[in-house]
Amino acid sequence: MYFLSEVTKTYKGKRGLVNAVDGINLEIKQGEMISIQGPTGGGKSTLLQLLGALDKPTSGSVVFEDQAMQGMSDRDLADFRSKKIGFVFQSFNLIPTLTALENVEMALVPLGIERGERARCALEALESVGLGDRATHLPSELSGGQQQRVAIARAIVKEPSVLLADEPTGNLDEATRDEIVGLLVKLWKDKGITLIVVTHDSQIAKKTQRHLNIKDGKLTENSAA
Amino acid sequence: MFFTYLGRELTKRKRQSALVATGLAIAIALVVVVNAVSGGIKSAQTQALSGLYGIGTDISVSKEAEPGQGGPRFDVGSADGKTSGTKRTFSKSQLRSEPFIGTITETELAKVKSVAGVTASIATLKLNSITFNGTLPTFSQDGSRGGPVGPDQDGNMPAPPTGGSDGAGGSSFDVTTFTVEGVGVSLQKIGPLASVDVESGRNFAAADEGTYVALVDSSYASTNSVLAGDKLTIGGKKFTVVGIVASNSTAASTPSNVYIPIDVAQALSSNSGVYSNVYVSADSSANLETIKAAIEKKVPGLTVKTSSDLASTVGGSLATASSLVNDMGGWLSIIVLLAAFGTSILFTTSGVNRRIREFGTLKAIGWRSRRVVGQVVGESLVNGLIGGVAGIGLGLAGVWAVNNWAPSLSATVARATNGFAGGPGGFGGPGRDNAAAAALNLTLHASIDPAMIFVAIGFSVLGGLLAGAFGGLRAARLSPSVALRSFE
Ligand SMILES: Nc1ncnc2c1ncn2[C@@H]1O[C@H](COP(=O)(O)OP(=O)(O)OP(=O)(O)O)[C@@H](O)[C@H]1O
Ligand SMILES: [Mg+2]
Repeated sequence: MYFLSEVTKTYKGKRGLVNAVDGINLEIKQGEMISIQGPTGGGKSTLLQLLGALDKPTSGSVVFEDQAMQGMSDRDLADFRSKKIGFVFQSFNLIPTLTALENVEMALVPLGIERGERARCALEALESVGLGDRATHLPSELSGGQQQRVAIARAIVKEPSVLLADEPTGNLDEATRDEIVGLLVKLWKDKGITLIVVTHDSQIAKKTQRHLNIKDGKLTENSAA
Repeated sequence: MFFTYLGRELTKRKRQSALVATGLAIAIALVVVVNAVSGGIKSAQTQALSGLYGIGTDISVSKEAEPGQGGPRFDVGSADGKTSGTKRTFSKSQLRSEPFIGTITETELAKVKSVAGVTASIATLKLNSITFNGTLPTFSQDGSRGGPVGPDQDGNMPAPPTGGSDGAGGSSFDVTTFTVEGVGVSLQKIGPLASVDVESGRNFAAADEGTYVALVDSSYASTNSVLAGDKLTIGGKKFTVVGIVASNSTAASTPSNVYIPIDVAQALSSNSGVYSNVYVSADSSANLETIKAAIEKKVPGLTVKTSSDLASTVGGSLATASSLVNDMGGWLSIIVLLAAFGTSILFTTSGVNRRIREFGTLKAIGWRSRRVVGQVVGESLVNGLIGGVAGIGLGLAGVWAVNNWAPSLSATVARATNGFAGGPGGFGGPGRDNAAAAALNLTLHASIDPAMIFVAIGFSVLGGLLAGAFGGLRAARLSPSVALRSFE
């Protein structure tokens, strides 16, 4: 599914150039569950953004299902994300003025799905994360765990090939964390989705098949967590 | 989703929306009020001028008298009266040129007409009618006044003396003056009788040429109780008042008190073949200065005034209000409008900055930049329109307040070349003020030009678009990966 060869992402920082990701080679197969760990500033988020087509590599190539991302326009990348990639963020990133249902619907807007169908799909996604009864609540009226569930519903509503989660439990307490991890693992099992999770939490890492570690932009793979 | 999202942003971020909309609303209200008041002042000015120069006059042509020409002189010869005993009663009516006014010849008129751009011209002869009715005691050789009052040879008792203006017994007189304008008897598009309503009687007709008929201005007629069908003595001749005319603009009156056929006016005032005033209309108001220069060049010695020259002769509080609104109001509107545009741009871009993560998230879940920009522009456009509608409402309220307060403006028009100066030996009798009346009291009526509503909407759309463009540009440039790293 993914082929990364010699992928480097260089940022111009205050103290000169920083290779946030440095010459990474990686292959990811459809349906894998992968955790990415590493020290802060190691390049985890940068790698996830490259996988999610939010950014293009400075050099090297990222190929997704025979499509080379470095050659795509911003507009094509947006369209690609709208169909194939689901994102879950540490701080949920829900739109505060919209209800839970509407937040989920936002992911279907670029796909041009008709209004009634859109609301139906969104409600279904909310139900699948156990929030069918909170559809009309604003984010401010939901707990942190519930907000992250809405964000997960938003990520999976379009039935993407890949679900990318950047520290999805970083802002949650322990009990809620297990809930969210359980939900992600369940979705991965049920939907055959490729799940890539960046995490500091070795509890989560334990549940995954593959364990990647990234430090100073260099990737290593452990066979056991 | 576009409208749901847009509506939520506007209603859930009320303070932000209200700030932008209020700024625009105040600016647009000011534009509406200034425009309406300035329109009201312009129409007051037009009123003031049409009351003095007639409607549709673009250029007014007259001539100043050469030294020695004109000037009021009123001779009461011994032949004019009828002596009865110690009293001499007499009545004398004269029709003469307005003082200090020169005459324009047919040749000069033809030259004026031949100037390119002159579409129509009406030549008139402005005159003053002075009627003296009185009884004076005869004077004895020793200078003693009056004598025993007794029946005259016919056995009639003379009228008992009423105190004359000098306070001495035995003399009584009054002087009536009014302005008379000799005009063509055919229908006129410009000049003093353009757009008049005939209140009673009839207008002039072709058959009136050379006859002693008169039209009387309605305000003069009502103050002096003149009715259609009455007789009026002008220049010693009895005229029949065939009609009472009123200006159909809201101006107080038509330029002169009485109108008579031009040929009659010329004959009675010994001014055959000459005129005092030419009212000119031009093909385009943009050409007035060119036409004015051409007339002055072709006929040296004429006093040529364009409607803006005429407007500048309007003095009094109307003129003050006019310059205040036109100079200050215009600038104030522009400044406030720019300030409102500036603040709405500022608030919109700062709003976008606060929502960087939100827009980054939308881009991450697959929204194209264009859709995000459209959302920002849409929000700011609707915000602008709300401001515009509120501004129009506020402006209408402002205009209503101005009209409710209804300031009265006085307009004094300097009639340097048309003035009636008393001159040596002038009589301070009743009626004199008629000729000098160049002051009008007008009520300011600010009115909203319907086009102004569209202009106001246009401004609010412009403000919204400008703010949206700046905010949208900010949102478009946003790289999703950077946006997602940013913290509020
Ligand atoms: N836009 C940027 N400009 C400059 N430097 C950047 C930028 N984004 C990331 N970096 C740098 O790249 C390196 C990798 O950052 P990244 O966010 O990928 O680390 P991370 O492993 O996700 O860390 P954390 O665990 O703290 O989230 C860091 O040194 C960071 O400072
Ligand atoms: Mg990170």
